Amino acid sequence: MTNTYRESDRLCLENEEFVDILEERRHSSDLGHAFRTFSPHPYKGAPPCSAGELSKTVLDSQHLRYVTKEIATETGASVDEVKDDARVILEEMSQNLQLGFIRLMGYTLTKVFKRLFTSIYVNMEGLSMLQQAVQDSPVILMPNHRSYVDFLIISYVLFTYDIPIPVIAAGIPLAGMKIVGEILRRSGAFFIRRAIGSDKLYWAVLSEYVRTIVRMGFAPLEFYVEGLRSRTLKSLTPKLGMMHMVLEPYFKGEVYDITLVPISISYDRVLEESLLAHELLGVPKPKESTTGLLKASRVLQENYGSMHVNFGRPVSVRQLCQGKINRCQYNLIPRDLPQGPSAEVQACVSWIAHLVVRLQEQGSFISPWSLMACLFLQAPASALTEQGLPWQQLTEKTLWLKKLALSFGARLHWPGQTPDADVLSSTIALHRSVIYRKSGRVFLLLEDEPARKRPISAVDGVNRTAAAVLMLASYRNQSLHVFIRPALLATAVRITKSTRRDELFVFFCFLQDIFSNEFIFIPGKSSQDFEEACFLLKECGGICVGQEEVTEAEAGLEVLSFLCALLQPFIDSYQVIFSFLYELEAHVFSEKEFVPAVRSFATKLILSGDLHTYEALSSDTQKNILSAVRRLGAVTKLRVSEQNEYKVNKGAVRQIENILSGKIPPQMLQTAPDARL
Amino acid sequence: MASNSSGGSSDRQRIAQQRLSIIAGHLQRPEDGEWAIGAEECKAQGSKPNVSSKGRTVPRRRQEIMKWNGWGYVDSKFQFNKKGQAEFTGKRYRLSGMVMPALKEWFESTFGASLQHKTPASAIPNSSAVQPPILNEAFVEDLKSTGIPFSQDAEDRVFRAHGHCLHEIFALREGKVGRVPDMVVWPSNHNDVVKIVELACKHNVCLIPYGGGTSVSSALECPPEETRTIVSVDTSQMNRILWIDEKNLTAHVEAGIVGQELERLLNESGYCTGHEPDSMEFSSLGGWVATRASGMKKNIYGNIEDLVVHIRMVTPQGVIEKSCQGPRMSTGPDIHHFILGSEGTLGVVTEVTMKIRPMPEYQKYGSVVFPNFEQGVACLREVLTLITNVFAGHALKPQKFYITKFKGFDPNRLCVATLLFEGDRERVLQHEKQVYDIAAKFGGLAAGEDNGQRGYMLTFVIAYLRDLGMDYYVIGESFETSVPWDRVLDICRNVKERIIRECKERGVQFPPLSTCRVTQTYDAGACVYFYFAFNYRGLSDPVHVYEQVEHAARDEILANGGSLSHHHGVGKLRKEWMRETVSRVGMGMLKSVKDYVDPGNIFGNRNLL
Repeated sequence: MTNTYRESDRLCLENEEFVDILEERRHSSDLGHAFRTFSPHPYKGAPPCSAGELSKTVLDSQHLRYVTKEIATETGASVDEVKDDARVILEEMSQNLQLGFIRLMGYTLTKVFKRLFTSIYVNMEGLSMLQQAVQDSPVILMPNHRSYVDFLIISYVLFTYDIPIPVIAAGIPLAGMKIVGEILRRSGAFFIRRAIGSDKLYWAVLSEYVRTIVRMGFAPLEFYVEGLRSRTLKSLTPKLGMMHMVLEPYFKGEVYDITLVPISISYDRVLEESLLAHELLGVPKPKESTTGLLKASRVLQENYGSMHVNFGRPVSVRQLCQGKINRCQYNLIPRDLPQGPSAEVQACVSWIAHLVVRLQEQGSFISPWSLMACLFLQAPASALTEQGLPWQQLTEKTLWLKKLALSFGARLHWPGQTPDADVLSSTIALHRSVIYRKSGRVFLLLEDEPARKRPISAVDGVNRTAAAVLMLASYRNQSLHVFIRPALLATAVRITKSTRRDELFVFFCFLQDIFSNEFIFIPGKSSQDFEEACFLLKECGGICVGQEEVTEAEAGLEVLSFLCALLQPFIDSYQVIFSFLYELEAHVFSEKEFVPAVRSFATKLILSGDLHTYEALSSDTQKNILSAVRRLGAVTKLRVSEQNEYKVNKGAVRQIENILSGKIPPQMLQTAPDARL
Repeated sequence: MASNSSGGSSDRQRIAQQRLSIIAGHLQRPEDGEWAIGAEECKAQGSKPNVSSKGRTVPRRRQEIMKWNGWGYVDSKFQFNKKGQAEFTGKRYRLSGMVMPALKEWFESTFGASLQHKTPASAIPNSSAVQPPILNEAFVEDLKSTGIPFSQDAEDRVFRAHGHCLHEIFALREGKVGRVPDMVVWPSNHNDVVKIVELACKHNVCLIPYGGGTSVSSALECPPEETRTIVSVDTSQMNRILWIDEKNLTAHVEAGIVGQELERLLNESGYCTGHEPDSMEFSSLGGWVATRASGMKKNIYGNIEDLVVHIRMVTPQGVIEKSCQGPRMSTGPDIHHFILGSEGTLGVVTEVTMKIRPMPEYQKYGSVVFPNFEQGVACLREVLTLITNVFAGHALKPQKFYITKFKGFDPNRLCVATLLFEGDRERVLQHEKQVYDIAAKFGGLAAGEDNGQRGYMLTFVIAYLRDLGMDYYVIGESFETSVPWDRVLDICRNVKERIIRECKERGVQFPPLSTCRVTQTYDAGACVYFYFAFNYRGLSDPVHVYEQVEHAARDEILANGGSLSHHHGVGKLRKEWMRETVSRVGMGMLKSVKDYVDPGNIFGNRNLL
């Protein structure tokens, strides 16, 4: 196996020109920008399509006619009634893109962005590739989703550079916001309900709507393949429903090709940072409302550093699917009829979705702050809140980590002309909501106490610390994708104490499997991931790699310890929940009681000093673990009712727990299915 | 090969402009004005093929009147004269002797070709350049005693070693000759064929039936691994109409007869078959049966499988035929369908009884211009459904109305449909009006009779254009498929796009011509033709590039729900896709028929399976 891919990856990093688009806005008229002549070249000169025409095409489609009739037969309603229902769904869904509103948005956003951000960097090469791609085939813009700010930034950039404005898939709660919902709609947003479930008519309308947009190609389609805004700032496992709808016109030959453009949006500081941690700790997310947004206008007073919008290299779906999809499978059924995807198609769509998320990760920019967060979290929480970390040591260690990250191929946002010490100082200053420096030491900032009469309980204390820790963890998560593969290998080396390459690979695969909701691994690429991990760890002097052997290098202690410590909170959290499941009195539990029960279980352990990570308290981690044990067959879903109930196989849980803690030697593990060594 | 082009977009626009102005001009002054595009000249001058030809039969030494390394008659070809103007030579076609000044411009702008850059064909190889024949002496002795004429002459053998695929003609023009038949034999009737097949079985000799030689599927190529004597069975001397049954409207014909002669002889008696494939000047009745041929007028008269009533074929196991001439039978699977499309792998078709019809009393051409291809296709489909409904009650008499042609330029631009109406005068005029009314609904404008006639007649000279291109670094070919209606537009767009992108990827320096047209319509779909040609200057192995692109285009066709072939057949060119086309079991069925009928692989051209 060759390791050349790394070098070639790195080549792409060279000669990239990023332009701060706020620079020009600061020197010229905002109104002038809003009223600029906008003359994009759309796909094959496709004529603009009004919202009305689009809806009519969708309603008249053979696919909807078919489904309407089917539903009418099933429910006993008349076809016209079902059709009316479809019309209502479509009205709720439809975008109503109007250039006038884009101009209005452009004007407003310029004002807002200038206040919030020091700069917004956009890569010009990516934009010019996009400009070309938009003319050649229908384009799907696929940004990651870390903040509400994401929502219109891409439209804003495309408007500035004469590229057709996209229509954007958005969650239905946004539509419910007074005025804002309508503004978003007219800026190109269309709205999708959250829990569609088995609503056949809704699926039919939505999928036909999406496919029609792709087929007609009058505007690029933008959607978040992760499905949601990531509360942890980590990439989420991609959702496949939308991906299927978007790709189908290619599979069925209705378009020659489809171009996917991964877009990585990175923030130095995320507007919603404190909100995120609270959501993870179970304070429910505030319903999106206009007043909520106005309250949030407090955030406008603060500085959020820089933002990077990195347009990735356009990817041809046709090329991706070569040899993976036999399009002849669609020959025997009319293409308008609903048809469930074959296993082959499902695998391919999932693979493409994961690939896009990986490309988003590779295109994202890591701030010095994220590196610092990695280091902070390796110190005990009490040390952070009480003694603080020595600034000098932190600085040195961050610079060391910077070198490591670069050698792993990370893109860093590290101002080149400024001395390193100043960079780090200003980073601390930017994040003074989380951290503060006092007499040469750095401390974690806990939230202000609400004025209360009675002293806070121990549990409240845990939650207070947890909020701060989880916020830090989110920023750490921004750079996890850079380290994750070597970290899995380092962990495998430490836990198994094995030096045999094949055994390490088996354990590596086990870790990938168990953490596949936590981190993005492209299905079927385990061997390449393993090779990559070996290569990177060898290059940075962490390990020695022989034909059959992988051993810790003498000088590798620092790297390996760092990487293992990086993964430790995850391993600890998983182990805690395994013990929770194992010690559960009953064999059956409901989803509703799971999260609070786990939370109080973990809180007790933290208080007793048996658990060192606060991340076990995060509902996101808890859900991921539940998915993992289900995937591994240790927990099975019993009923799909209002209360999802699960049955635990305690033996299986114990087995996983033992493997993860190294009590079962790796030679006893089953070889992973795609093990190719 | 086609009259329409799609090169660079600016070129296309310019040509579209030209076309518009031409058509506009034509609408005002039907008989006036000079045609700006060369290919239009041919249409303008098109005529009934070869009416002047006196020879009733195809001679045994075909090379005396037909090109050995190109299309058609030796005396008929496009060339550029000393002034750089294109002309068509000879006297056979009404186009012959005409000068077409605009062809040069079209040729140069479409392909980026130049009259300065020539690629002349090499001379006919002398007999020393051709492999000496592998002769089975015992067979030759026995054959001699039957008195059936045969030849071992190198020219005769080379002539029958190929069809008209691009790679075949290209190799001949370079003077390259591979495995060729070892001898040619000319049976003059069914019994001769029976004798030849018997002798071949007795002496284990390989037979390859040869009809018109117009194959475009590598079906006539001799398998290079064949070590037995290969005998080309040239059916051209079996060319008589044996009887005409006026009560049942059928004719019994020897299968070697070529299309134009069959039509001419029937016309003398006041009848026609109505089967008009583009190659009808040269292709033979037996060849049509063996490849499941289709003609331009199939909407009225039907395809070959609809036209035949009775087939007689000589196989190594004996003669296969039905015992009666009932118009339809329920006697298990129709054995005709083992013969139709067997591509010479089972035996030689010797005699065919086919339906005939009285010659139409009145013919009228017509044409319609549509703003774009999509609307043209929509109209074509509408016309078909409406008209079938309207005339459901007139099945006995020859159908009167008919659409032959449909030429797409580019999905985003105008296109022309050409029409032919046949029948009694009153009906023709009535149907004509109906069709134009429907066309108007789709934004179509009637564009005159002449335009229609030109489009129709172009079919016969179009093949000559490729030879002209090959003199100037331009190679190309057409290929076809059939596809359900709802996929017609998608397949056209995707295949054309695939061709353009594949050319680019493979280093073709000039934008290729990549275009298509709908040539036949059915209730459930249509036949689509693709035309693909490019200027190969700067390529070291142009034929290989061509083949790769065509291969990719065929993959694209199949992926878009198109068939492997509508009427060209499989031959050896498309064999690799047969299994996925007819399924493993289907292949097994065909194979077991072959194994029973021809266990010794006497008919060893290795087509199809």
